[in-house]
Amino acid sequence: MSRGDKPRVVVVGAGPAGVRAAETLVAGGLAPIVIDEGERAGGQIYRRPPQGFTRPPATLYGPEAAKAVALHATFDALATAGALVHHPRSSVIGVADGRLQLLEDSGARWVAYDSLILATGAMDRVMPVPGWENPGVYTLGAMQIALKAQGVALGRRLVLAGSGPLLTLLAAQLTKAGAQVAAVLDTSPMRRQLRGFAGLSARPLFAVRGLAMRLRLGRLYHAGVTLDRIEVDERGPVALLWRDGAGRKQRTPCDAVGLGWHLRAETRLADLAGCEFAYDETWRQWLPQADAMGRARPGVYLAGDGLRILGADGAQIAGRLAAAACLHDLGLPAPELAADKRRLARFSRFARGVAEAFPWPAEAARDLPDETVICRCEGVKAGELRGTVDFGGSEVNRAKSLGRVGMGRCQGRYCELAAAQIIAGCAGHDSVEAAGRLRAQAPVRPAPIAALLEDAADGS
Amino acid sequence: MSEATGRLVRLAEGDRAPLRFFLDGVARQALAGDTVLSAVLSVAPALRRSEFGPEARAGFCLMGACQDCWIWQEDGPRLRACSTPLVADMRLSSAAPGDWP
Repeated sequence: MSRGDKPRVVVVGAGPAGVRAAETLVAGGLAPIVIDEGERAGGQIYRRPPQGFTRPPATLYGPEAAKAVALHATFDALATAGALVHHPRSSVIGVADGRLQLLEDSGARWVAYDSLILATGAMDRVMPVPGWENPGVYTLGAMQIALKAQGVALGRRLVLAGSGPLLTLLAAQLTKAGAQVAAVLDTSPMRRQLRGFAGLSARPLFAVRGLAMRLRLGRLYHAGVTLDRIEVDERGPVALLWRDGAGRKQRTPCDAVGLGWHLRAETRLADLAGCEFAYDETWRQWLPQADAMGRARPGVYLAGDGLRILGADGAQIAGRLAAAACLHDLGLPAPELAADKRRLARFSRFARGVAEAFPWPAEAARDLPDETVICRCEGVKAGELRGTVDFGGSEVNRAKSLGRVGMGRCQGRYCELAAAQIIAGCAGHDSVEAAGRLRAQAPVRPAPIAALLEDAADGS
Repeated sequence: MSEATGRLVRLAEGDRAPLRFFLDGVARQALAGDTVLSAVLSVAPALRRSEFGPEARAGFCLMGACQDCWIWQEDGPRLRACSTPLVADMRLSSAAPGDWP
């Protein structure tokens, strides 16, 4: 044990999973350290605006307002009482030898842990669309954060495209707030959405709510579309060119485009902590492996969307379960949580329904034109990536070394999945799994050299 | 960067105190509680030019994951605009300082 007689447990992330994990640890008699990149706890889905903003929770979070308020209140009470130690605006950039490397405004430093709970959440999963490197193209999540945390729309006339629950939800939220949404373009055809219905019915309230929002969008919403190109000028998007379900060419004028195909788990720290990964056919991404409680390896626990994308309610449960497993493994009394386990199984059925109904159009990446930018960070094009495959780049880490896709500042977070499809297509792999998975590299966020040098000079 | 109106549309929370900052040497007005990204994009279409292509950049994920929204300061380190609160009289620059290689 690192200090005193209590084991030191560190929770990374203060979204729904991290907050409930911390709460459970406190109830078990521990005083966890909670490290979070946000200014205020809540994560992305229950993100809070800065102090001084006045919209009430019902406006910010809609029907989920009570859950958001409860989560914030729980965390604030624990932090105020000194039951946990909160490090806001703090990024974990590395994991090694039972220590985390933190990057804060004041510089970099190391924090030791006995047990680690990673609740790192998820990001938008995106598919490159020709023209997407231009200013004014955002993720759907970005448009939601802008609205929630700043009260702004990221353009005067927005087109939202992709697939998944956020597409409809965001369109409804933006319209209600007074933004002009010109079109909502879903790449999933209606027949495919119906195939997911059995799973979606595991959470009838959510399914009905989504359907009602969809109906209110009326003629703005189009299913089964193909996205061709974002037409741009110097300022950014001018129009989105797409084909409707019947294959007819369409052009929707706009000055901003939001893209997103549900979510991709944020797994870099789990990778650095030594967790095993497997390719998941349902989610069409590599996911870290853990038992039903979130145990990934001795002393390392995973919870929330960074483990399995079950949404905020599932994340709260997963946070409690991971903390219970952690307490148990430390030989401390742990809650049983039998009801939580049953609910998590139901949420998993719903999540599989979502994955079935709103798939990532993975194979479409293989047909992207050679001149399409794949890596937004460094402007690497599909043709250049394809060119690496003949030189041994039939695996993503090799392709990264040869062609820099995945080498940029986002470290492949937004290009890896499409790049893997392109590589698999070029190399003739039967499955994208054969193209492999980018190995995480510390620092997982860009860090100024000066911060790392000072940290080294401190001799920690 | 070419002069033009902003990209953002303010939909709510408009009655906050004004906050002055400088973009490329010109005094601009934003609101207390704005991120650097909100402040700049409320008066300009982008944050900076891409280092690797001809296009400008205006952020992408707004949650600190994509690193697209870096912007220069006249003095001091680059900032991640989406997660940095605007501070009064901040001096931001859409182009790299002259001595940057």
